[in-house]
Amino acid sequence: MKKVIQQSVTLPTDYTVTPGSITTSTGKTLRTEEMIINMGPQHPSTHGVLRLELVVDGEIIVDCIPHIGYLHRCFEKHCEHMTNYQQVIPYADRMDYCSAITNEWGYVLAVEKMLGIQVPERVEYIRVIMAELQRIASHLIAVGTYGIDAGAFTPFLYCFIDREKILDLFEITCGARLLYNYIWIGGVSHDLPPQFIDQAKEFCAYFRPRIKMLNELLTYNEIFVKRTANVGILPKDVALNYAVSGPQLRASGVNWDLRRDDPYSVYHKFAWEPQIGKGEVGTVGDCWNRHMVRMREMEQSLNIIEQALASLPPGDVHAAIPKRIRPEKDVEVYVRTETPRGELGFYVISDGSTSPFRVKARGPAFVNLSVLPEIVRGAMLADLVLIAGSIDIVLGEVDR
Amino acid sequence: MIETVQQFILALLANELVVAVILSVLPLVFVIIYTLVVLYTEMKVAAHIQDRVAYMMTGWHGILQPIADMIKLLLKEDIIPEKADRILFRVAPYVTFAGSYAAFAVLPFTSIYIGANIHLGAFFLIASGSIVVVGILMAGWSSNNKWSLLGGLRSAAQMVSYEIPTALALVIVAMITGSLNLQEITKFQDGGIHNWLIFGGPFPLKTKLLLLPFTLITFIILFVASIAEVNRTPFDLPEAESELVQGFFTEYSGLRFAMFYLSEYANLFVVSALSVSLFLGGWSSPFGSVLSGPVWGIFWFVSKAYVLVLLQIWVRWTLPRLRVDQLMYVSWKVLTPWLFVCLLAVGAILVSVE
Repeated sequence: MKKVIQQSVTLPTDYTVTPGSITTSTGKTLRTEEMIINMGPQHPSTHGVLRLELVVDGEIIVDCIPHIGYLHRCFEKHCEHMTNYQQVIPYADRMDYCSAITNEWGYVLAVEKMLGIQVPERVEYIRVIMAELQRIASHLIAVGTYGIDAGAFTPFLYCFIDREKILDLFEITCGARLLYNYIWIGGVSHDLPPQFIDQAKEFCAYFRPRIKMLNELLTYNEIFVKRTANVGILPKDVALNYAVSGPQLRASGVNWDLRRDDPYSVYHKFAWEPQIGKGEVGTVGDCWNRHMVRMREMEQSLNIIEQALASLPPGDVHAAIPKRIRPEKDVEVYVRTETPRGELGFYVISDGSTSPFRVKARGPAFVNLSVLPEIVRGAMLADLVLIAGSIDIVLGEVDR
Repeated sequence: MIETVQQFILALLANELVVAVILSVLPLVFVIIYTLVVLYTEMKVAAHIQDRVAYMMTGWHGILQPIADMIKLLLKEDIIPEKADRILFRVAPYVTFAGSYAAFAVLPFTSIYIGANIHLGAFFLIASGSIVVVGILMAGWSSNNKWSLLGGLRSAAQMVSYEIPTALALVIVAMITGSLNLQEITKFQDGGIHNWLIFGGPFPLKTKLLLLPFTLITFIILFVASIAEVNRTPFDLPEAESELVQGFFTEYSGLRFAMFYLSEYANLFVVSALSVSLFLGGWSSPFGSVLSGPVWGIFWFVSKAYVLVLLQIWVRWTLPRLRVDQLMYVSWKVLTPWLFVCLLAVGAILVSVE
């Protein structure tokens, strides 16, 4: 916690400020020190119960120490004490509660890989549609709350209006609006209802102009650009060293998206492109680019949804799997998927019983958060809020 | 001869002291009613901007909600943090409110009513605005909360910086009108919308056209500075919800919190009223002698100020917030230099016309 003041400043009133002290004209030496502020866990801008211990010099942040664990619910230990593999799925939902579908999909893929199950084509399509809708919903929360962090309240409510429409789609499909338990091992819980396709198409048509409007209202707003461009720059090498993933990694200019680079499901059948930060305003890897990558990814997700809806194959939504899932002894699988926040990995070990021996989750938000102290040093207090917001953490998944 | 409200009440009651008390209480009634109206407007306008309907349950379209909110605030437990500086903590809200309320003394509500018809009215208004800063600093310091302290300091820095553009704008108006008395400044612009200072003032056409761009710029700058003076988005750093969580009044509750709120909305009216008096013809009717007169004067004055308040609300719910260094940048490197340009130009024009 060394104070960083580059050079001595001489003030007009004969004060000499050096790191650590102020000397007056009468030769008296006054001690200066940094202030330690506690931010959170009950702070509106930490997006949950994150606690940041800040060492500040005026408004400049000298150091930042994140403290996590306020929402720890023993997810991994719980998984070992289930009576069967299916019971883990609702728990996976509750990790990243902003994008439940992508979580359960990750776990289900791991178990399916363990069992060697091939799911029907229709299931893959439905899963892709749902995951991409979920990605949009999740990014809408990220973008909306980011607006609040920057002081603009209105975009947040616009985002929630749109998100509501996605939640309606989920509701007519599986009845739930936040935690779905929709993707099951070997299939999905319900087939799409008849009106789903029309309603989803309607949503896609409705949402494209809304993205444009959000961009005009927030992304290219002069003040917003001033606040976020060149703030909290995460260079490519630092991002890679910290194993950052998802939009945050792509905003730093690394073209890496698991949906394309480690393909799972049917993503390879659709025309879409991973979005990377281009640094139109500011620098590649700054807060504005992280925000912009999310905005562009929503558009790409719309592309995928539209293509998937157009070519949705008929068929069954359940694969033929044994009623009681009992993988062989000592099978170890690791499956990684691209959630809205980045690479979510599930490492599952079986012991021949009906419940997993060990489930280890590699949470993207947890890993992405670890880079926070690295990029906030030297920023201002107001920037910290924006930098933390641009990482888009969900504490349910950080703490698990 | 009875010409003003003061003289009328004096003639009725024949006691200077009673008249003084009545005249100082009158604006308080106005402030409270006005605050309730603006609270309601703010919530409704914000809601419609954001595609919602805001409160609908309390009375017709939720019209009683501000009153309910006020009652709730008054009934709340009054908490003083254990480690707070108790005296400062108790005094701060009243100092803040006194600062913003004092400004009402020199606002010319209509041609026959002004609380104190002093020659340095506009100057007094700016000076009393500075007292608000003291109250805010007291609140920030005495709360014994680091976030509140940061909020208080930010607020002090901001309000002091933005007084410079306000004062400079005032100087420009004083140069044109030759007075610092808001009543005189308003009378100067009487006679219709074309005489308002924002459109160059009551001069021959040529002078008017020369002055027009500069007075217009001055008005816009004054408006921006006034948003900053009342700590509203995009300059709401002192109470930045996402960083400081209400800043200097985080620790306040109940009546004291209500006082801060009242002070904020009173201030909102004061800065709007200042802009109106200086540039938008104060109580004078935009249609010359049509719809003019003392009672219409109140109507015009309040509704013009209300339009500016609406503008501020609109801005608030549209824009994000600036950072503290950018805020200072705007004040010192954009607004102030431009006002100097206007000051020189207006001076040169006035001298050359003479």
